[in-house]
Amino acid sequence: MRKSLLYFAVIIVGIIFISRLFYLQVYSSNTYDIFEDNAIRKVFTYPKRGYIYDRNEKLLVSNQPSYDVMIIPRNVKDFDTLEFCKLLKIDKDFLIKRYNRTKKYSPRIPQVFLAHLSKEDYGYLAEKIRKFEGFYIQKRNLRDYNTNIGANVLGYIAEVNNSIIEKDAYYSMGDLIGKQGVEISYEEELRGIKGIKFIQKDRFNRDIGSFKNGDLDIVPIAGKDLTITIDSDLQKYGELLMNGKKGGIVAIDPTNGEILSLISAPSYNPNLLIGRNRSKNYMKLYNDSIYKPLVDKSLLNMHAPGSPFKILVGLSALQEGAISEKTTIFCDNYYQYGKEKRKMRCHCGGGYRNLNNAISLSCNSYFANAYRKTIDNKSSTKESFNKWSEQMKSFGLGKYLNNDLSVGKKGIIPDFEFYDNWYPDFKWGATTTLSNAIGQGEVLVTPIQLANMTAVIANKGFYYTPHIIKKIEGSTIESKFNTRKYSLIDSVHYDPIINGLSEVYKTGTAKFLQVPGIEICGKTGTSENFTKIDGKKTQLTDHSIFIAFAPKDNPTIAISVLVENGYYGSRWAGRIASLMIEKYIKGEVTLKKMEKLVIEKSLANEYEKPFLNKPFKINQ
Amino acid sequence: MIGDRRNAFKVDKVLVVLYILLVGFGWGNILSSSVTGEIGSLLNINELYGKQLVFILLSSVLILIVLSIEAKFYERFASIFYILSIISLIGLFIFGKTVNGSTSWYGIGSFTIQPSEFAKVATSLAIAKFISDLQTNIKLVNHQLKLLVIIFLPALLIILQNDTGSTLVYFAFFFVLFREGVPKIYLYTIGLLFLLVVSTIKLSLITTICISFIIIFINFFRKRKKRNSLIKHFGVIIFCTIFSFSVNYFFDNIIKQHQKNRISLWLKLENNPEEIEKMKRTILYNLNESEKAISSGGWTGKGYLEGTRTIGKFVPEQQTDYIFSTVGEEWGFLGSSFIIVLFVLLLLRILYLSELQKNQFSRVYGYSVVSIIFFHFLINIGMVMGLVPTIGIPLPFFSYGGSSLWAFTLLLFIFIKLDSNKLNEW
Repeated sequence: MRKSLLYFAVIIVGIIFISRLFYLQVYSSNTYDIFEDNAIRKVFTYPKRGYIYDRNEKLLVSNQPSYDVMIIPRNVKDFDTLEFCKLLKIDKDFLIKRYNRTKKYSPRIPQVFLAHLSKEDYGYLAEKIRKFEGFYIQKRNLRDYNTNIGANVLGYIAEVNNSIIEKDAYYSMGDLIGKQGVEISYEEELRGIKGIKFIQKDRFNRDIGSFKNGDLDIVPIAGKDLTITIDSDLQKYGELLMNGKKGGIVAIDPTNGEILSLISAPSYNPNLLIGRNRSKNYMKLYNDSIYKPLVDKSLLNMHAPGSPFKILVGLSALQEGAISEKTTIFCDNYYQYGKEKRKMRCHCGGGYRNLNNAISLSCNSYFANAYRKTIDNKSSTKESFNKWSEQMKSFGLGKYLNNDLSVGKKGIIPDFEFYDNWYPDFKWGATTTLSNAIGQGEVLVTPIQLANMTAVIANKGFYYTPHIIKKIEGSTIESKFNTRKYSLIDSVHYDPIINGLSEVYKTGTAKFLQVPGIEICGKTGTSENFTKIDGKKTQLTDHSIFIAFAPKDNPTIAISVLVENGYYGSRWAGRIASLMIEKYIKGEVTLKKMEKLVIEKSLANEYEKPFLNKPFKINQ
Repeated sequence: MIGDRRNAFKVDKVLVVLYILLVGFGWGNILSSSVTGEIGSLLNINELYGKQLVFILLSSVLILIVLSIEAKFYERFASIFYILSIISLIGLFIFGKTVNGSTSWYGIGSFTIQPSEFAKVATSLAIAKFISDLQTNIKLVNHQLKLLVIIFLPALLIILQNDTGSTLVYFAFFFVLFREGVPKIYLYTIGLLFLLVVSTIKLSLITTICISFIIIFINFFRKRKKRNSLIKHFGVIIFCTIFSFSVNYFFDNIIKQHQKNRISLWLKLENNPEEIEKMKRTILYNLNESEKAISSGGWTGKGYLEGTRTIGKFVPEQQTDYIFSTVGEEWGFLGSSFIIVLFVLLLLRILYLSELQKNQFSRVYGYSVVSIIFFHFLINIGMVMGLVPTIGIPLPFFSYGGSSLWAFTLLLFIFIKLDSNKLNEW
């Protein structure tokens, strides 16, 4: 035993050690994964974000580098403050304030000390930053806007927030993501795929060089360039015309559903949302509760369609046989209906009205009659009303367009159940809902829906989903944008309506809006609207609405214009529509006087009225 | 003399090959764990691997000297070496240089030397000399006490310099004494004391006393035919109780906090996962990093000079006490097991050769060599893998450091010299 004790001890310890090694290295060790290795820092490398071009291949959005001075307060050592301030063009108070603030926030976490250095300042500082321990320069990619229009269409990018990081594994803290417009709709195409660089760390978490000379690094994949359907000249012109006015303009190419312009007024210069003053500017825009420049009114502003809706009422009546092309009524400047002999006023001037001049003069009585006959000509209101509702919806109203714009509203096309919930106690009928006939009832639409409806009429019965994308570098656009969606109205019924719309420009409500050389079909609209002032429902000046398409044969543009509180349709919306059409079709505008009038008109006094705390008059 | 000269280099080749393998492999790992950036000249003494290479070259000079000297010289001058060694340890109190809290270095310029490393060699020689003396009878308590003084005088001096690790090495000499015939009761007593310590700290004082009481009680009834066994058993119970109490007091009041932490980590006294997480960042940091480095190696390792945790210098003191974690990470299970096998072979070979010695001095010395290397091997690799508490002692032939390398070289090659001379003994 005395001789063998040490032999045993040595062998047993050897066995224990090898077993322990087996346990540590083979049994409990997973296969080596570089992502799990915390000795290797994984740094994302960001690809170029895709550029955005307009339909004429004009570059709208590109990228620019931006340099932030970062600070890790804990690592800051004594340094030459005078030189530092001079390099950054800041004063000493700012330096001290900033330093204390970052240190209070966290001494360890890297924070932005000064954002968005100019290229020139960066050049000087880059050489000397080594002297200032605890500071370093971080490069970021910012958008570079070659234009100051179309902010609502183009959108902007900003740092991704936590809720997205939690939902989408692709994003991590500090990544940039599209926040509005095309930037958000085509985020995946634009962003590309970020790469990864592996960096060897030491135990103090310092980088000591690239891992295996970067052999394992994952190269980022560049974002794709986009061409959008917007005609930037037309967009710019539309924004100019909307100067001083609230509202939206949507112009669509009816032959393919491409959105030629999508104007929300007032908008903002997209350059405001990049660079050093981004958050200040953003808050200013965000807090503007009168004009709400961050809200895309062409997509989100729901309003009563007004008279343009009569077109659909007429089409439905034709389809259902409630009226024919030749149906004539006599207008008494009002339309009397119901047991109480209620009257709906009409401004057409009175007299015999057929379909053609009922449209051109926007006769309320004619369409009230047509609507009544449509709804009441079947045995059950439910059946006829729901059919009518489906027909309206087939124009893209009362439902989401399901397109590639980041926001949208459904609007309202009421159906039988809608009113049945309202009037559970009695049998309601056409007269109960008669204001729908003139686009003034429960129907609500957005400007883009109106434009799309106009495109259906221009196409005599179908539309392509309005979309903003024209071309994606290296891939094709979704097929849903190339398929026709048909309305529930037979195409034969469109001709008399289109003739009526043409008549609007010749002899009707828009006769003074004619554009030489272009036969335009259009329809004016005036939409009553209300707001709440101190809890009291108060009527405001009517919205000025206009829809149009041109030329009459083979239309190339369908447009809807909404000028909030602009009063009657032809006053502002009609003028803007005519100017836009001329601009698009001719490339230049000859109606200089009208153009000047529109551009110079500001409706600021209208928009201020509800906020002045005193009684006001409307529709002046 | 002529015969002696002929046998001067007739050395045991197995030991020499094992030595060369261990030193060579050790240096390769020191290079890996100390290199930063490009590898320049291997002899660049501004880098640790360069310095170590110089130490290794000087070792070969040392080996030639050791092998050239007549074998009898070591036996004859054993006491002188011992006394010189004690003087050098005492001298530290006056001229010593403090590194990491231990005053165990002589510094001459940038060159430092650690006499405690060499004291092991001297003590081994002294023990061998004392035991092999014809007048010594190891069964006598009187002589046992003398031996203890020889062993623990340097140990005492070393612990006074605050170098606990090196002190503990001296307990390894028990293997030698046991081989040479101290009564078995010592082995049992040591075993019992070890169990009592662990049980008192891990389980609690009361439990330990109860368990020992029950065991001794059962033992008493098994052997109750003997008359005087009652008193004997009662004495053991009293001893156990007093010992447990003193362990408890010692653990709670005397030993330093960091030592207490190491022991409580080893015995896994802390159960709160949050506390354990916290410990992993503080006192457990080295061990945690070293275990992570080793387990990240897998079967075959990440490849030489490719260990990410080694390159990143995640394991502190990786060239010295934690050198084995480099092996684990870069060479994997296969490479690390190979090193363990090398050590086991080395130890078994020395043991085997020791038993062949006709001269008792050579045998005792050989046993001392095995005991010391074994103790270092057990503690160092056990510590790096989390099997024994953290005790900072180097891995023989492997760890960075001139004193350590030279001392182990001396230790081994004096034995090789003695062994080569065994044919001349009669």
